[in-house]
Amino acid sequence: MRLICLLVLLPATSLAQGFAGLGTDAEGFALPDPDYAIAFPRDHGPHSDYRIEWWYVTATLTGEDGRDYGVQWTLFRSALAPGEADAQVWMGHAGITTPERHFAAERFARGGVGLAGVEAEPFRAWIDEWSMEGPSLSDVTMTARGPEAGFALDLVAEGPFVLQGALGYSVKSAEGQASHYYSQPFYRAEGVIDLPSGPVAVAGDAWLDREWSSQPLSEGQTGWDWFSLSFEGGERMMGFRLRGGGDYTSATWIEADGTPTPYGDGALRVTPLRVAEVAGRDVPVEWRVELPAEGVDVRTVPLNEDAWMGVSVPYWEGPLRFEGTHEGRGYLEMTGYE
Amino acid sequence: MRGAVLSALLSHWRRRPLQLATLILGLALATALWTGVQAINAEARASYAEASEALGAGGGRIVGTGPIPPETWVAMRRAGWPVTPVVEGEIAEGVRLVGIDGLTAGGAGPFAGGGEAGGRAGEGAATEAEDGVDPLAFLRGEAALVSPEAVAALGRRAVLGGREVALVPSAAAGTGEVVADWTLALDALGREGFDRLDLSPAGPEPLTPLPRGLRVVSDGGDVARLTDSFHLNLTAFGLLSFAVGLFIVQSSVALAFEQRRPAFRTLRALGVPGGTLVALAAGELVVLSLVAGAAGVLLGWAVAAALLPGVAATLEGLYGAEVDGGLSLRPAWALSGLGIAVAGALLASVSALWKLWRLPPLAAGQPRAWARASGRTALWQGAAAAGLLALSAAVAWAADGLVAGFVTLGALLLGAALALPPVLSLTLAWGARLVRGPQAEWFMADTRQQLPGLSLALMALLLALAANVGVSTMVGSFRGTFTGWLDQRLAAELYITAGDPAQAEEIEAFLAPRAEAILPIWSVPTRIGGVPGEIYGVRDHATYRDNWPLLEAAPDVWDRLQRGEVLINEQTARRMSLGVGDAVALAEGWEARVAGVYSDYGNPAAQAMAGEADLARRYPDAPVFRFGLRTGDPEGLRAALIEFGLPPEAVIDQAGIKAFSLEVFDRTFAVTAALNVLTLSVAGFAMLASLLTLAAMRLPQLAPVWALGVTRRRLGWLELLRSVMLAGITAVLALPVGLALAWVLLAVVNVEAFGWRLPMRVFPGDWMVLGGAALLAAALAAAWPARRLATLPPRALIAVFVQER
Amino acid sequence: MLLEMAGVEKAYPGEDGVPVPVLRGLDLTLAAGETLALTGESGSGKSTALNLAAGLDEADAGRIAVEGRDVSAMGERARATLRRERIGLVFQQFNLVPSLDVGANLAFQARLAGREADVAPLAERLGLAAHLSKYPEQLSGGQQQRVAIGRALAARPALILADEPTGNLDEATGAAVMEEMLALVRETGAGLLVVTHSATLAGRMDRRVHLKGGVAT
Repeated sequence: MRLICLLVLLPATSLAQGFAGLGTDAEGFALPDPDYAIAFPRDHGPHSDYRIEWWYVTATLTGEDGRDYGVQWTLFRSALAPGEADAQVWMGHAGITTPERHFAAERFARGGVGLAGVEAEPFRAWIDEWSMEGPSLSDVTMTARGPEAGFALDLVAEGPFVLQGALGYSVKSAEGQASHYYSQPFYRAEGVIDLPSGPVAVAGDAWLDREWSSQPLSEGQTGWDWFSLSFEGGERMMGFRLRGGGDYTSATWIEADGTPTPYGDGALRVTPLRVAEVAGRDVPVEWRVELPAEGVDVRTVPLNEDAWMGVSVPYWEGPLRFEGTHEGRGYLEMTGYE
Repeated sequence: MRGAVLSALLSHWRRRPLQLATLILGLALATALWTGVQAINAEARASYAEASEALGAGGGRIVGTGPIPPETWVAMRRAGWPVTPVVEGEIAEGVRLVGIDGLTAGGAGPFAGGGEAGGRAGEGAATEAEDGVDPLAFLRGEAALVSPEAVAALGRRAVLGGREVALVPSAAAGTGEVVADWTLALDALGREGFDRLDLSPAGPEPLTPLPRGLRVVSDGGDVARLTDSFHLNLTAFGLLSFAVGLFIVQSSVALAFEQRRPAFRTLRALGVPGGTLVALAAGELVVLSLVAGAAGVLLGWAVAAALLPGVAATLEGLYGAEVDGGLSLRPAWALSGLGIAVAGALLASVSALWKLWRLPPLAAGQPRAWARASGRTALWQGAAAAGLLALSAAVAWAADGLVAGFVTLGALLLGAALALPPVLSLTLAWGARLVRGPQAEWFMADTRQQLPGLSLALMALLLALAANVGVSTMVGSFRGTFTGWLDQRLAAELYITAGDPAQAEEIEAFLAPRAEAILPIWSVPTRIGGVPGEIYGVRDHATYRDNWPLLEAAPDVWDRLQRGEVLINEQTARRMSLGVGDAVALAEGWEARVAGVYSDYGNPAAQAMAGEADLARRYPDAPVFRFGLRTGDPEGLRAALIEFGLPPEAVIDQAGIKAFSLEVFDRTFAVTAALNVLTLSVAGFAMLASLLTLAAMRLPQLAPVWALGVTRRRLGWLELLRSVMLAGITAVLALPVGLALAWVLLAVVNVEAFGWRLPMRVFPGDWMVLGGAALLAAALAAAWPARRLATLPPRALIAVFVQER
Repeated sequence: MLLEMAGVEKAYPGEDGVPVPVLRGLDLTLAAGETLALTGESGSGKSTALNLAAGLDEADAGRIAVEGRDVSAMGERARATLRRERIGLVFQQFNLVPSLDVGANLAFQARLAGREADVAPLAERLGLAAHLSKYPEQLSGGQQQRVAIGRALAARPALILADEPTGNLDEATGAAVMEEMLALVRETGAGLLVVTHSATLAGRMDRRVHLKGGVAT
């Protein structure tokens, strides 16, 4: 038998067709409900009646060597068929960004046999030997590794969970596509990154995004540019732009105490300032980000413009620093750049 | 002072560029042979390492004693083992179902630099998507892949495990295969667990040890073990070549020092301390050897590049070890080449430097003094030679092991080389009494006088010739024995391989009326006397009684076999010191008496043969796939079998196997032949170098003969004749040395390295050819100096008289 | 005193291993600027005396001093240094470095002693100016010995020791070479000790010492 590598086919039909596939039909699956009241810890766990869901952590870190690092840990859930709790495909992505290099790793596993899964409390999310575990989602240890690099970070929440959009109902298009979406933007992170050159002790901030839906994008949308920014004064800001079929933007201003102020389409403006060739594609790596309602006008610069996640559905995900009206650090995710 | 002395030392080479070229070329050639062999070895080893890495860090497959439950697989993945399960089985005539996990079949996923991995994954997605499998359906067990030619047999739908499954033709499925999700395959095959777990190529280190009861079948390690003996032979050859090369270096260095002896004396008289002189001379040598070494490394690279494809083909044919045909410049062997050039040059110069150190400023300064001094050391040399030869014999007699084998070899060659000058001298003295006439007498006496100057080159020639005789005798003996053994062992006319046990049963039924005999060839892996090996089950048939190559056997050996005794291969018998009548442990709880020992060339592992019934009783599940068939009409039967449905490559006739085996064998030793030719060329070059250097020093001896009325032309011919005569005597003396070398290789080194002893065969025809080659090399080496002498201006000869007095 | 030998004894091992005495208490002195001939039959020990004075060999007994420094007390290295810097040697066999051309041979000992030597005037005086880029083997015996003399003088030694310097030359050439050598030595003010069996040559020196039975007579 010749080695066949089905894994590249299998991250559920939607992902296999690229990010544009997120706009495909949601027949048979549950749809996000604006009246749904998010409750913890229940909603930290999986929602298997929805087609797609993720647990997404990014961390902006500083090493004992004084240099900046970035870490990403993500678990995607994708249902094969509605109504079968075990018919799931799980996909793990991990990324480590240093000023010179970017490491990416990917894992796939089927549901129902114990290879991967998520439990709400005590919190446990895992795929193979990668895991995010702790007494609760406010206090977890997060690990992942590949042949060249790996990491282990302790995350402790120093603020509340934050509901995005309208109490956790986040609209994604003018046609009304939406997802359930909350964040934990106040993790204090501490741990070790294992690099080919040796381990580096790191500390910094981390940000969790939880999102589940069945058809988060509208048909014409092709990808997104998503920002999470941490300001020196302790405030946070989330903002994204969905591209295609007329751009759609959304943002949330989060006070240092966690009080969110959501902004609908048009309030946020993002403008590419510099495009670089990354993995053979033209990718905007420096941005102007404006949220005039909160007096924000900053320019973002990536730690490493080659932060390309060369996985089965490739995208750009990496740490940045920004300055302008405000200064701070953040993460940028860009999908759908073909 | 140093600058002045150094410029005086180096000015010698400017005046004698030919001598400089000889020294550098000799050292470069020696280094080249060494480096070439090292490069081939390094490249082959690197290829194995790469291959075993490709098979997975630490090995290729994990197997257990029985089926591996899915829970074990999950637990291993959770512990960081990059493993993916495989379960296989027969579902229909000639159709195998292969169950895999499509999500982990690619391993742990690439944690590499983002860009590259992205490119790979992207391309993969594109090609696989064209295959047209709905991944969801595959994962849910609603669809499976089928090899295109099996679609005809199975159609586009099949019922597997009680479910209707869509069959999608795909090149990803091998011949006669249906590839499905493992959940479906377990159901369809009625299995509880997997046959094996494949370790995937690039994963991080697992976090836990391998679970109990599982083991890694590591292919890389096997390849390394198999090919070790091959590399050992190559390395031995490399060393031999380098030794020959060192003789050139020593002769060039010694002559260069000898020629400069008056200059050295003058330097000492003018107030250069002896220590300074030695240090500067050694420094000069180091610089020269670095230059020569660098040239040698490049030359060796060329040699290796030329030979590597052959070696690669050999290794692949012999052991299935894949070696990349391309060669890269590896620092390891490049540096070892340079190092050995410097070390070799210094080693070859020890005696010259020692003499220089001890040189009293008042000693007689003429080159001829050296000849006399060497005459005094002849006695010492003879004693050392006798001692070394005695040591060689004693070690061969008393000691065991590979190291002892090489000590025997080294002492034999060095002893023979040292014995050469005294033996030649005696031969010439004896010859001088046989010849009549003043010219002939002068010729013999003069030749004897030349011996000290030529002896190093002749030693190199002796070694090269002995190595040739020895290695070609070994190869010839091996080939002869191997051919005869193949004839015996491959007694069946056809050899077939079935796809699986079910097909095997059908074939047996099909063949029963058609073949004279069906001899199953089947084996189970086990540990024989604690060593990994295989046990074959043998059907009681005349084919074995008549043909099987037995080295040692009890009476009625084949009857004993069917009564529960066993045969073991020669390797096992030697390694475990077992003979007929001894008991051998074949597996847990299975011990049997040895009824005989058979030769088993080309197989490094332990092996045993037991009665078919015996083996079948102990291993009822061991599958039988292969058969040897006896028939009067191999062609017709072959055609019938192919028509019956066996793929042509599964039906091989005896002649095909033999041809393939011999081709592999010949390719293996093509490398040896090439190295033989190179070594002989190097020795020829050593002679040329010595003759050229001697030519200038010999003028004072030739001038009086010329003055007495022998023409320059005749003197030139005599020079040529002298060289050919010396080479001829050396070749005759090399013959017994070479045969002794062959004996050591066959009876000591091979037994230790491979585990079998080969009967020695001699090939006088080869000796004639080799002797001719030696004479030709000597004639070629002497041609130029002889021609120079024949056309030397008389002025140069007259100058001898003017300068001498 | 430039060279002083007092009670010098030297014996060499004979055929049967019994030492054969060559020098049995030689006394000899040479002042700076003086020329001295050492004569005697073959085997009288005159060459041995010269070799001992040059530090090429070691005396069994007695004292040898060059410029007041005791040669017998010196180690091999010190003696080599003495030869290099203070002594010029001229041999019967010329003993040139065959791979160096005439110019390089002339300058050779001076370079060994770490001195810069302008060999052109010397070559002119010795009639070698036209041969500077030739190699020794291309020269006649007389020319070769001129090179050897020039090599010794170019280093400006205090003491010149010559062993049968004309022994390999015909009479006329020998006489001519010797005249040139004497003239040059006198100009430099060095001391010269010549070992010779030629009465004619000995007569050209300031003084003459005859060796017989291992002692000066």
